[in-house]
Amino acid sequence: MEHDAIISFQNVSKHFGKVKAVDHASFDIQRGEFFSLLGPSGCGKTTLLRMVAGFEMPSSGEIFLDGQPMSVSPPNRRPVNMVFQNYAIFPHLDVRGNIAFGMRKSGLSKGDLNKRIDEVLELIKLPGYGSRGADELSGGQRQRVALARALIKQPKVLLLDEPLGALDKKLREQMQIELRQLQQQLGITFLFVTHDQEEALTLSDRIAVMSEGQVLEIAAPSQLYESPSSRFVADFIGTMNFFEGTVTAITANNMTIATQVLGEVRTTCEESFPLGAEVWVAIRPEKFRPEFTSPARDIDSIEGRMGPSAYLGDRSHFYVHIANRDDPVLVALQNLEGSVHQLSRPDQPVWLRWSEDAVVVLAKD
Amino acid sequence: MNTNRPWWRPDGFYIYAVLYLIFIYLPVLFLPVFSFNNSKYIAFPLKGFTLKWYEAMINNPPMLNALMNSIKIGLIVAILSTIFGLLAAKAVTRYRMPGRAPVVGFIMIPLVIPEIILGISLLILLSLADIPLSLLTVGFAHLLLCVPFSMLVLVSRMEGFDKSMEEAGLDLGENAWMTFWRVTFPIVLPGIIASLLLTFTISFDEFVLAFFLSSIEQTLPVYIWSSLRFPSKLPPTLALGAAIFMASFIVVTFAEWIRRRGVRLDSTSGI
Repeated sequence: MEHDAIISFQNVSKHFGKVKAVDHASFDIQRGEFFSLLGPSGCGKTTLLRMVAGFEMPSSGEIFLDGQPMSVSPPNRRPVNMVFQNYAIFPHLDVRGNIAFGMRKSGLSKGDLNKRIDEVLELIKLPGYGSRGADELSGGQRQRVALARALIKQPKVLLLDEPLGALDKKLREQMQIELRQLQQQLGITFLFVTHDQEEALTLSDRIAVMSEGQVLEIAAPSQLYESPSSRFVADFIGTMNFFEGTVTAITANNMTIATQVLGEVRTTCEESFPLGAEVWVAIRPEKFRPEFTSPARDIDSIEGRMGPSAYLGDRSHFYVHIANRDDPVLVALQNLEGSVHQLSRPDQPVWLRWSEDAVVVLAKD
Repeated sequence: MNTNRPWWRPDGFYIYAVLYLIFIYLPVLFLPVFSFNNSKYIAFPLKGFTLKWYEAMINNPPMLNALMNSIKIGLIVAILSTIFGLLAAKAVTRYRMPGRAPVVGFIMIPLVIPEIILGISLLILLSLADIPLSLLTVGFAHLLLCVPFSMLVLVSRMEGFDKSMEEAGLDLGENAWMTFWRVTFPIVLPGIIASLLLTFTISFDEFVLAFFLSSIEQTLPVYIWSSLRFPSKLPPTLALGAAIFMASFIVVTFAEWIRRRGVRLDSTSGI
């Protein structure tokens, strides 16, 4: 366990019958961190969160919260609070009643408590909403009340179970910014569960990518995106073009990989593979630069023909057909000047260029 | 659909609704009308206004005694079956337990067994076990009959609200017991009131089981049935019927008022 870990998972597993919802999770979450659990539905991220809250007990292993083993504590004795996926606002209480719910044993006088509630209402930008009923709130407001109800307890860790999933896009983006500000302002550790990779990248200090009960990789957003450590992570975070290849030459900080589709690919990748290893060469769609005239010989490039394209507003997606490959390669371009879209005609020849440091090499398993 | 149609030009649905209400309530309205009618015979034309049947009702101790018996049994049965129904509903909707389906099935069986069969089998059982018939045996039979109704009402109410409400209660520092009182109970309260009213009514007017399982002490339906043989006893019975009708109308209105007021009060007080 690291010194300043607020949560430490040690060999935590959870089985539901034969299903391994969480399989030997061992990692730490630092104090004050915005930490996300990211994965497709059914990957075990919510189960892991619910084990921290105390709603599920680990089948084996132990969760330490601020150094204390949690398996002996029921949910109501844990210094964590949760923002539920559907907010779980009590319908029989108004906003003030909802926020005050957890403060019964706080020992505050009625006046002090009311002052605290007003402060929290201010914090979530809903001053004057205290006497609204639960059914008089919009989705975004319910979300804020759920936040306030948890934050007034001053938890050591705030648990958030896909809290933005039910909001529309605009509101979700606004709430993302506010959540991040709130977290930095309060300095509370946030443990955030989401299946939305963009959301996780935007919000988190670090992200744990999960699949089928296993934690595949824990890293900062930029590292996850730029140099993922496995094909699953590379595929799940953003989109990725994969090409099969074999390592043919290794120097101090360079590697050459022979691929059937791209030819010889040189890379500055730091991962070390043995000579002759079968690998995936992976390149992000936006790392390809399309050109409509043949580039010089010594530049890494591949010739293809324009396929279908899609205009997405801020950027365009092009599918480029390449010899020896069934699936077209996806290329993304920012629409900096008008629509790049108009440049392309179907079946027009195109050359895709890439730079050495855009290439990610992943083990083939 | 045209909702602005004037009332004096009704459409088909309107006529249907009015006929339906007449069919339901006209027979019931005869009760108070004839209870004030100055004649032994239940027939038109009306003879004149009188309160003597109400006087006769008050001066009829066996009838009032039967009424009290029915109210006592009804109240106790309503409270007990609602408690059992609530516990069963909580178990069925909140816990993963083995043999859930057969357990629910066994609780629900009295709903589909004809009361006459239930009455006879209970009578046989009680005489085999040498248990004397009394109001107590009637009460037990009514409990058997009412628990499934309570459970039906409360299961639907429990399923209607999200389990995460209760988790939120725990998460915010309350133990299971306090979470029940501060979260579950207020949310299912309308269901509890509905269950109390429903089971009281079922017990109050239940005849077959009460007829089979009571001894000298009678419940009201059994008393009324036994007095039907004497025409002179019928008008006071009408008076009683009218009085019960008014009383239950007041009780239901009052209960609904309390419920709404309770919901409002809850949402405006701080904690």
